[in-house]
Amino acid sequence: MTVLASLLGDFAEAIEFIFQERESVSGGVQVGGLGEFADLTFSHLLVSVVAIAAATALFVPLGLYLGHRGRGEFVAISVSNVGRAVPSLALLAFFIAYLGIGFANVATVLFLLAIPPILTNTYVGVRQVERDAVDAARGMGMTDAQIVRRVELPLALPTIFAGLRLSTVAVLATAIIAPLANVQTLGTPITEPQTYGTTGQLAASLVVAVVTLGSDGLLRLLQRGMTPKGLKLAAREGAAQQKTRIATPIPTRRESTT
Amino acid sequence: MNALNAIVLPIAQTDIQGRSGDSCIATNGFCPSWIADNIGEYVNPFLEHIYLTVVSVGIGFALAFALAVLAHRVGWTFGPISGATQVLYTIPSIAAFFLLLPITGRGNLTAIVALVAYTLFILFSNIMTGLGNVPDDVKDSARGMGLTDRQLLWRVELPLAMPEILAGLRIATTTTIGLATLAFFAGGGGLGVEIASGADRVFKSNVAVVGALAVLLAAVFDLLILGFQRLLTPWRAAARA
Repeated sequence: MTVLASLLGDFAEAIEFIFQERESVSGGVQVGGLGEFADLTFSHLLVSVVAIAAATALFVPLGLYLGHRGRGEFVAISVSNVGRAVPSLALLAFFIAYLGIGFANVATVLFLLAIPPILTNTYVGVRQVERDAVDAARGMGMTDAQIVRRVELPLALPTIFAGLRLSTVAVLATAIIAPLANVQTLGTPITEPQTYGTTGQLAASLVVAVVTLGSDGLLRLLQRGMTPKGLKLAAREGAAQQKTRIATPIPTRRESTT
Repeated sequence: MNALNAIVLPIAQTDIQGRSGDSCIATNGFCPSWIADNIGEYVNPFLEHIYLTVVSVGIGFALAFALAVLAHRVGWTFGPISGATQVLYTIPSIAAFFLLLPITGRGNLTAIVALVAYTLFILFSNIMTGLGNVPDDVKDSARGMGLTDRQLLWRVELPLAMPEILAGLRIATTTTIGLATLAFFAGGGGLGVEIASGADRVFKSNVAVVGALAVLLAAVFDLLILGFQRLLTPWRAAARA
């Protein structure tokens, strides 16, 4: 019981820290409170959004192109997968030498981090489009560009969005280490316990968790809004037999067995 | 805040120079000779890193597998399990480390719990995709041959779902290797320890070694799982030929 009580106490204190500023552990400055957390959340989101937007703008088109041509599977899947293991901390440190500390450094690291899920999912999403649908489009006289834009892209959208959500989660999570390169984010209270104390660390962790879950929820709504009506209908019809297909965000290409 | 840099850089240089007398180090450069001299210091963190990865992915796979079999058998559990694993996946690992600290304390355990929570969703959803992709007529023929549900699962559905399951395992493994570099936040060790302090962070040789070891580890595991997949699904090679 006492363990539980002290546990609840830790979390209650952390929540209070989010709403009520107090003197820092080392003394002298006021830390915590809604004002500071709002600022930190804003800068956390800003650097993350810049990175995700850049990765989307550059690598969705590349994935569409590679997927359409059926080329570069090794790059889009294997290199991309191993790329997930590159420690963002090492990247951050590495770029200090070239970009110095600051916004450009952190944005670049997060940008690189956002690439693999976006590229892989776009590629796989396009490859999963039924060849019949593409053939039919070609038969109707569509050019390659039209096929990509009006057939492959809409049909691949759910998978692309799933990749975007994976990237967003990873980027928001990694923005926590941004203070190590001197960009203040929600990671600041986590990386500076000498000022914010363990209560501050716990409080910031709570806020980060809420921000990430909220962002993912928003993207999910957006995904639902952008999925073509026909696909939604098909999904509803197929739901009885294949309930797992819809919620699956990590695609794997299944080669035709015939 | 530039003050921070002004403090960190000199400390870094003296600290690192203290470890070895090389002149290349004074410029904070990329020094092959320093790496050759100090590679021994990375052995333990590297082994810890492998331990963290294998244990987390192993436990995660066992759990995800059990949950997937449950969701496969008892249809209505799919929604709740999928939702719960997704929430666990979405919570950033560093945040999870600190949220767990009051409960599990500093150390390996906290790191492993957080990493397992992270892998569950990737593995669970890929196993479910694999099982869902098994063609209905194949299942019908298996039933027609008199297979029970259990035999159907182990002899037909799981082997056919292997490509998706192992693809999930590849993603989970490489992601965990990357995330385990942050385990030091929870006192869990691993390669991240080597770049955790300000001194090590600005030294290029050190950072390069840590990054290279992590990528190497990921590439080796990825190829191992890929090889395992080829071994387990011989019919696909036959189909390709």
